[in-house]
Amino acid sequence: MDLSAINPVLFVAGFLVAATPLIFAALGELVVEKSGVLNLGVEGMMIMGAICGFATAVETGSPLLGFAAAAVGGALLSLLFAFLTQITLANQVASGLALTLFGLGFSALLGQSYVGIKPPRLAEVNFGPLHDIPVLGPVLFSHDIILYLGFALVVAIWAMLKFTRAGLILRAVGESHDAAHALGYKVVRIRTLAIMFGGACAGLGGAYISLIRVPQWTEGMTAGVGWIALALVVFASWKPWRLLLGAYLFGGITQLQLNLQGAGVAIPVEYLAMSPYIITILVLVVLSADKSSAPASLGRTFHASS
Amino acid sequence: MKLSTLLASAALAIGLAGGAYADDKTKVGFVFVGPVGDGGWTYEHNQGRLAVEAEFGDKVETVFVENVAEGPDSERVMTQMALDGADLIFTTSFGYMDPTINVAAKFPNVKFEHATGYKRADNVSTYSARFYEGRAIQGHIAGKMTKSNIIGYIGSFPIPEVIRGINSAYIHAKKVNPDVEFKIVWAYTWFDPAKEADAAKVLIEQGADVVLQHTDSTAPQAAAQEAGNVITFGQASDMAQYAPMPRVSSIIDDWAPYYVARTKAVMDGTWTSTDTWDGIGAGMVGIGDITDAVPADVKAEALALKASIADGSYHPFTGPLKKQDGSDFLADGETADDGTLAGMNFYVEGITGDIPN
Repeated sequence: MDLSAINPVLFVAGFLVAATPLIFAALGELVVEKSGVLNLGVEGMMIMGAICGFATAVETGSPLLGFAAAAVGGALLSLLFAFLTQITLANQVASGLALTLFGLGFSALLGQSYVGIKPPRLAEVNFGPLHDIPVLGPVLFSHDIILYLGFALVVAIWAMLKFTRAGLILRAVGESHDAAHALGYKVVRIRTLAIMFGGACAGLGGAYISLIRVPQWTEGMTAGVGWIALALVVFASWKPWRLLLGAYLFGGITQLQLNLQGAGVAIPVEYLAMSPYIITILVLVVLSADKSSAPASLGRTFHASS
Repeated sequence: MKLSTLLASAALAIGLAGGAYADDKTKVGFVFVGPVGDGGWTYEHNQGRLAVEAEFGDKVETVFVENVAEGPDSERVMTQMALDGADLIFTTSFGYMDPTINVAAKFPNVKFEHATGYKRADNVSTYSARFYEGRAIQGHIAGKMTKSNIIGYIGSFPIPEVIRGINSAYIHAKKVNPDVEFKIVWAYTWFDPAKEADAAKVLIEQGADVVLQHTDSTAPQAAAQEAGNVITFGQASDMAQYAPMPRVSSIIDDWAPYYVARTKAVMDGTWTSTDTWDGIGAGMVGIGDITDAVPADVKAEALALKASIADGSYHPFTGPLKKQDGSDFLADGETADDGTLAGMNFYVEGITGDIPN
């Protein structure tokens, strides 16, 4: 056992990176669910974002264009879901699952010629002297712009939901679509926009995996992060700050257990491997003892005549 | 005629035609643990499937299902394949062992082939490759090339096949470099690129300058490339897109001849339950090109080691060897028998850490 082998600075920097895809995907889904729609297609939209972002970054040489394309790709795929559930009033659970299957297959098709290619690197944001602060510099000020965007987005969504009229309307649609409709809000339009936002976020999260965290394209490379994001939204009781905490906990403990294994800590590995799931769930369950509940119209189909 | 009637009869006609069509074809099913595009383990099994198609053309029909979780889900997939008329089903991951045995008992006329397991039945064969022979060569190169004397090893699950690989690599790294230390991280997955990359990064951060992997994707290669000055080895497939650095060599699984032979046996009616375990000599394990990043003398030694394993003059598990707890494993000059190797559940002396249960 040799704990000195673990470099705490690299460890924290590592878990911020590991948590970012989860933050994007879960935050997008949070907005979608706040509008009363349950989209189980997060995994499919993430993998679409991963390949759209990767392909664009490789073709144009610009990682930022890649991320933009990833957001567009995810949003386009989510439009399919919006069409199925909002226009044709299909079942949301089935449509979401279908979206995941479709995304996984379609991304594999698109990605065939991108296997084994190294994507262009996204530079770190230049914070000048801040970067040179011992410990804090490498931990907080040596990342790419997208990681900071993820954090900023959490703040923005929280503020939007809590303080703005747009947030109030979104919540109203999610709590009671009939009442919102009676007040004259365009329920279908608002939900479609929320679904597209969720798709764009999931796409960004996927591209973060293929362009920064791994970085490469492999079929099915999101390997279940989308499902974890879905669970995280529920355990965070639809609150952005808890979601951020949950994502950091999950990412942090995942990294920590790998580090501990490498350092040869005498805790049985099987407990280490399950610890991220258990601890994240425990903490968020304890936090959610305040009876925050799901949006009342979550998963219910809305039709103006009914 | 109503549209629905028309559609129904059309579907029926296609179904009947399909049924009649399928009768004179041998149907071969494959159950894969990852996607066929993983660039590693499943990719090579799929190459074997394509070789079967190329060999027999119209006489065979192959089907595959990818990303099948080990456990109950795989049982459902195999059952569906058998119900759909498969004559021969290859189940290509260790965790499919009990599901394969269960489904095989329900379909006595369907032949099953389970990779890397040890349970057989009248209609279940097992097959595997002696990957540990390739690991010996990797261990040799790793021991010679490491400067930090720390070698990282990404394990998937603590099963005999993976433990055998760790032991074989360690024995041969230690032989050429007594100061070498292995850091082993268990990922508890066969395929999760993000997690595999994280594991590789952690090992590199903790000082490893050689990373060996026993997981299926090329993600650790990408992570090593990113870090620079770290060498890796292709796992299951050549992973040549990462040559000459970080990937300096590889173990390549070549399943094609076996898959073709077994399909032929089913066609001829000569199929029997067997246990096949071939290595470098038989060509089931290939050693990918050793790149120029490896010094010429080390490369020559590695190739000599490969030749001696291939012709049977050297066995990677040759005594004297002790187990981790200090008890005797092999006496001087003694080689491990296949039974011991197949059930290997201990580290050899010198490796630190415990094997998870």
